[in-house]
Amino acid sequence: MHAMTTPSLLTAAQVGDLLPPLQLPPVDRATLALFAGASGDHNPIHIDTDFARRAGMPDVFAQGMLGMAWVARLLTAWAPQRQLRRLDVRFQGITHLGHAMRCSGRVAELLELDGERCARIELLSANQYGQARIVGDALIALH
Amino acid sequence: MIDRKWLGHELPPSVLAIERTRLQFFAKAIGETDPVYTDPAAAREAGYADLPAPPTFLFAAELDSGATDRLLADLEIPLAKLLHGEQGFSYHGTACAGDTVTVRSAISDIYDRKNGALEFVVKTSVATNQHGARIAELRTVLVCRH
Repeated sequence: MHAMTTPSLLTAAQVGDLLPPLQLPPVDRATLALFAGASGDHNPIHIDTDFARRAGMPDVFAQGMLGMAWVARLLTAWAPQRQLRRLDVRFQGITHLGHAMRCSGRVAELLELDGERCARIELLSANQYGQARIVGDALIALH
Repeated sequence: MIDRKWLGHELPPSVLAIERTRLQFFAKAIGETDPVYTDPAAAREAGYADLPAPPTFLFAAELDSGATDRLLADLEIPLAKLLHGEQGFSYHGTACAGDTVTVRSAISDIYDRKNGALEFVVKTSVATNQHGARIAELRTVLVCRH
């Protein structure tokens, strides 16, 4: 079996370390349609402009879970998924078409959880205008 | 107003068979290019039994089964008024292609803010695999805007 890509980096994690940010392309309708199918969220408000307008929205907008999946990509690019212990987010605003999200994370704390050394990561996903759309926390075991 | 009688309500279990093609589709939809999520050989090399379900994937279980739609109908929350407020996962294992995951949920809180302009429903879930092992817990906060 090959070694993991980043074990030495992870065990050396320090408070204040920044995860390599994840820059996403602008949200488009095709992405929303694909995510609707792949995620099982068929709510037409994300894929049918007519429905969205009748609901009082200017247009379709991104599924919250799409934004959370991107935040999870930030984490699994930094540490193998099997080391992820928790992921908790709050959706702070609607991600509209054209928003180009940037996911970032910072090691906020090192702690012990059930005998494991873990890093608590503060998470942010913000659009190109600097508006936070998702904030949250993750716990990742360091080994 | 959402009827508080739904507090403690248990949703019917949702059974999700995790399939490679679905995980590959999910990876494409979220722009995931790490071969661990699309190539079974890369996944095995990384120590997984098969393609791992990405961290947020299990949310699909109650969408696929219709349990989420049924809950929204029961609570009389129209899709046009629905927002996702918060989502949490705690993990005890990684579900992989070939696993069958069962998600069991209950409504653990219902409250409102801004004089009822926003109503919140908290759903807590446990996901287990085909061996009965606990894979994850989920916490979902749904918001109904009036």
